[in-house]
Amino acid sequence: MTPIISVEHLSKTYKISHQNNRPDSFREVVGSYLKFNRLKKKAPEFETFYALNDVSFEIQEGEVLGIIGSNGAGKSTLLKILSRITEPTSGRVCLNGRVASLLEVGTGFHPELTGRENIFLNGSILGMEHSEIRKKFDEIVDFSGVERFLDTPVKRYSSGMYVRLAFSVAAHLEPEILLVDEVLAVGDIRFQKKCLQKMKDVSQTGRTVLFVSHNLTAIRTLCTSCLWVGQGQIQFNGKTSECIEKYIASNSKSSSNSYWENPESAFKEDRVRVARVKASRDEDGIVKNDFFTMNSPITIQIKVETKQSLHFRATLHFLIKSGEIAFTSYGQPEREQDEKSPAGSYEFTCTVPADLLNEEIYSIRLIIFEDWIHELVVLEDVISLDVRDTTTRELGAWQGREPGPLHPKLNWEVKSQ
Amino acid sequence: MKQPTLIIEAGRSEKNYWLDLWRYRELFLILAWRDISVRYKQTFVGVSWALLQPFLQIVVFTLVFSWLLNTPSEGDAPYAIMAFAAMLPWQFFATALTNSSQSVVGSSNLISKVYFPRLIVPCASMVVCLIDFLIASLIFGLLALWYQFLPDWRILTLPFFLLVAFLAALGPGLLIAAMNVRYRDFRYVLPFIIQFGLYASAVPISLSLIREKLLALPYGEHLYQLYCLNPMVGVIDGFRWALLGGESQLYWPGFCISLAAILIMLWVGIHFFRKTERTFADII
Repeated sequence: MTPIISVEHLSKTYKISHQNNRPDSFREVVGSYLKFNRLKKKAPEFETFYALNDVSFEIQEGEVLGIIGSNGAGKSTLLKILSRITEPTSGRVCLNGRVASLLEVGTGFHPELTGRENIFLNGSILGMEHSEIRKKFDEIVDFSGVERFLDTPVKRYSSGMYVRLAFSVAAHLEPEILLVDEVLAVGDIRFQKKCLQKMKDVSQTGRTVLFVSHNLTAIRTLCTSCLWVGQGQIQFNGKTSECIEKYIASNSKSSSNSYWENPESAFKEDRVRVARVKASRDEDGIVKNDFFTMNSPITIQIKVETKQSLHFRATLHFLIKSGEIAFTSYGQPEREQDEKSPAGSYEFTCTVPADLLNEEIYSIRLIIFEDWIHELVVLEDVISLDVRDTTTRELGAWQGREPGPLHPKLNWEVKSQ
Repeated sequence: MKQPTLIIEAGRSEKNYWLDLWRYRELFLILAWRDISVRYKQTFVGVSWALLQPFLQIVVFTLVFSWLLNTPSEGDAPYAIMAFAAMLPWQFFATALTNSSQSVVGSSNLISKVYFPRLIVPCASMVVCLIDFLIASLIFGLLALWYQFLPDWRILTLPFFLLVAFLAALGPGLLIAAMNVRYRDFRYVLPFIIQFGLYASAVPISLSLIREKLLALPYGEHLYQLYCLNPMVGVIDGFRWALLGGESQLYWPGFCISLAAILIMLWVGIHFFRKTERTFADII
């Protein structure tokens, strides 16, 4: 079967000028000619920036392809080339179907025109024919839920109404290939849900969807396969879950391992020193420490050496981004009442259970206390845990991060009466 | 409606560009309709502006040129009618040129988000000027009534000269529109061209008077033909011929020279526009 989209060695470069020597006004152009090359021409300080660099892939009909990558990785450039807004510098693309691109909701909406007029305007801009719009007009209006304001200029709409109307027009496009860029970023949860449902419907009728988003949960829910673009190149192309995992691992902000070989650098207090703090997750018997997930336990190991007998314990503070403490926990050597632990090496192992943490970067503060009150060692941000959500949610569900510093799984029982 | 394979490649001049243009004709109509309906939404201001501007200018011209300076008219038509017959295409040309040259920069949000043949934008922006032209024509009608002046059959040729005026504005319009994308200061050139062009195209003066003066010089005939390189000279000559009727004459060699200049400008405009339109989205 021939692929519906095939991209071969696609590159797109932009020239970035460092000295701002590219004339922005016609006056400067004329001016530069009038200088008669008195000085030898300076070598132009251009840097070629590869927005896309030798990208090749194929998409089969009916596939829903997610495209992920950090900002500036080239995702949007790719969509812009596919939708013919800009042309590639080299390489080629073959498209075997009508393309509609939705890079923005409400492109071309005119504030002075009424909702009704804007439906026709926006529809044509997105490539629908007049007769097609007329046929679907009622459906579009129904979907948007703004019937009452159809003859009001859209400048008087609330931003929610505006987006809903704009999206309903876009949702009624019927291309063979639909390119969507980050439309989930706008709108509330109801809108987001409608949006995803519609994309699902589109793909179920055998059409092909390319979906750029930073919302990995939505990508996971929706996409059959996934493309990770980074630094203008394809980093990975394949199964969605695998692709997302690789992507997360690459940009994880975890630093899960801290150790000190040189004793002096580790602590000022000479009775105790922290040799190592390390976090890892155990997934199907494989120990990983690149990033952490909400639904697998995390093991934190702390190695402490003491030089004299002490009455001490290790306390962990889990801090969220705002600097607040989400929770604390401590552990201490086993001992009798009031008995001091002898000098030596101790290893603390703390297990943070699965289904407790939220999607968050936790910064860990380690404190070694003596006799409950004296802080012998305080290590700020000794490790940090980048915890990600890798669960797949059902389509109708909220696809974003849940609020709150923690997201524990609690027992719920519901009886119908 | 299965579409044939579309290939996107660097520098590929799309073979079906003109076909695409045809396919997007509805977008052209919609964009033109948008401009018109936005302009006339606040109806009173929109319409009265289109009426008032040329009318006041004619009043001034009549006072200065006819009453004060005794400038002769063309044939047997009253001076105000003669001036207005030139003001009609000139006003159309000036607004069409201004609109089209601002159009591409003005719709940067569309250009950076959707594909369509970019040529649609400047063309559609000129349509609203046609409506202004029709309204100004009404004033011409009233003025003709006032002077009890009746045009003859030649008025039927007016659409042809209007088309020529449209093309005359389109060529430089496309050129400036494309230049404007890169060099934003280009728009400052425009008011100057329009201000100067009003006199350079002999809107308040009879062309036969200019011709008479030039013919008195050596190589007068050629000098006048050189003058006809100004596209609007041919258009205005044509408009006067069509509207004033009677004794007014159309100088055909001059008209052909103007027409040739218009077509050359059009060719240059379209080529430049098409050559640069692929990069619009990158630099706009």
